[in-house]
Amino acid sequence: MSIEVNHINKRFGDFVALDDVSMSIPTGRLTALLGPSGGGKSTLLRIIAGLESADSGEVHIEGTEATHLPAQKRNVGFVFQHYAAFKHMTVAKNVAFGLEIRKRPKDEVNRRVEELLDLVHLTQFSHRLPSQLSGGQRQRMALARALAVEPKVLLLDEPFGALDAKVRKELRDWLRRLHDEVHVTTVFVTHDQEEALEVADEIAVINDGRIEQVGSPDELYDRPANDFVMSFLGPVTALGGQLVRPHDIDLANDGNAFGSVPGVITRIQRVGFEVRVSVRTDVDDDVVVMMTKAHARGLENGSKVWLTTAKGALTVPAMGETLPPGVLSEDMGDVEAIA
Amino acid sequence: MRWGLRLLACTYVFFLVAWPTWMVVQNTFADGLTGLQTALNDPVVQHSLKMTAIVAGWAVVINTVFGVGMSLLLTRYEYPGKRMLSVLIDIPMSVSPVVVGLALLLVYSGTFGWFGKGLEANGIQIIFSTPGMIMATCFVALPLVIREVVPVLQEIGDDQEQAARSLGANAVQTFRRITLPSIKWAIIYGVVLSLARSLGEFGAVKVVSGNVVMQTQTATLVVEQKYQNFQQETAYSTAFLLAAAAVVCIIVVSLIRPKEEES
Repeated sequence: MSIEVNHINKRFGDFVALDDVSMSIPTGRLTALLGPSGGGKSTLLRIIAGLESADSGEVHIEGTEATHLPAQKRNVGFVFQHYAAFKHMTVAKNVAFGLEIRKRPKDEVNRRVEELLDLVHLTQFSHRLPSQLSGGQRQRMALARALAVEPKVLLLDEPFGALDAKVRKELRDWLRRLHDEVHVTTVFVTHDQEEALEVADEIAVINDGRIEQVGSPDELYDRPANDFVMSFLGPVTALGGQLVRPHDIDLANDGNAFGSVPGVITRIQRVGFEVRVSVRTDVDDDVVVMMTKAHARGLENGSKVWLTTAKGALTVPAMGETLPPGVLSEDMGDVEAIA
Repeated sequence: MRWGLRLLACTYVFFLVAWPTWMVVQNTFADGLTGLQTALNDPVVQHSLKMTAIVAGWAVVINTVFGVGMSLLLTRYEYPGKRMLSVLIDIPMSVSPVVVGLALLLVYSGTFGWFGKGLEANGIQIIFSTPGMIMATCFVALPLVIREVVPVLQEIGDDQEQAARSLGANAVQTFRRITLPSIKWAIIYGVVLSLARSLGEFGAVKVVSGNVVMQTQTATLVVEQKYQNFQQETAYSTAFLLAAAAVVCIIVVSLIRPKEEES
């Protein structure tokens, strides 16, 4: 295991940021810390980097006890959400910084900087200042800068959070490919479940200062440990006291299917290729059903329909706090905004 | 309406600042350069200019070093009493320099100051000598560097410093390579303001220096004395030199600063 954190606690005043968190991060893999903002994931990353100190608990990096090591001795690469580019230095100087601090010979520094700029496709910008780069280019520079010192682990704090949607998507594909080339143990923090599912080898879902579940993207999606994990990984809706994904509900014109729940269509919304149908049943206010345009043909507001959970669909008992009916999780909002 | 406001502002500045300053210049050069020459050949004036340079020079150096240190303390660390410190730093702005002088006298006077007696017994004289004058000048110019540097430090945040730390830089390297270049212009501007303020300090220095001719008399004190002794010409000339030094500083900085920001 590359990074071990044991029983980490951290408070900011009355606010509990991390509550007895323990976790192992495997060597050479890409791990995502996923969770809502304020959940403690960034704090955990900063504690691993030594930029924040835990109230109690231990951090081990590659077998070395690092709990009390200052950040500059941990040999971790850190990439910030807002790039933290050294504004008064050129791109090449930014990348060279860690090597110059380590007093490496000049020709070695130059060679390494060239290699890294090539890796992040910024060779032709080496003499520019960070202010002359776009956001995506700045973040790639920051990544090259962090990789220059050959860190034992690479930590990225919401690395694509400040970029627009298109660049964000490009950069995460690129990060995945880069990781396949470089193989450095990488941990990145994100609140975007699509980003985590797409890029990471392993995901830890963090909420309210606790780890809800750790596993591969498929494990998390197919076997969420609880309603929180399920609702955080994608849109969910409640049908008969069970949380279910909106595309896992079958909608029929008759009540022949066993256990089907009758209801009335209250709203039909088309977003690109898919159609979202809101149905009011006796028990649930607003069940959202997602289907393709073809399947929605002939449906209209006020039609009486019957709902069943599709065969083999994942359901989790709806407990405690769930999202308000009809309001799905974040990514749906994005789709709406684009549409 | 807008023209009216502009006219009002210009008239106000003209009658309050421009015209009186211009009158000093006019009086200095009323007889061509003879006024300036007489003043510069007067050993009292010569010595006072030297004293002003020494006192202002030291005060600026001390205020710059402590000013940058205090600014870092005020922006980069959390500790109890931080707001208190911030308020204390503003006191020199609001308290009259004469009061500053008297306060220093109470503490450091060799005859009745509770701290000064012990120092004087050990051969260190603060009041009526250069150290006291430097202290008084430091006191009145204290906030100038800090008030220039703190906003810049707040604006740039500590991301860059944290990045430098995670790349292996220690505190000194981080300060020299990352923080200092970012606050360079704020420091220069603060230094210029402090210098201008230190050159012109009168009240506090008058109280703590004792105003001894050829010993602890600075240029501002000479201006007052010469004026009262009906040596108007020398008074105006010395005043002109003081004003010119301050104005030149400010002009030089405002000329070079924008160029730097463009690049």
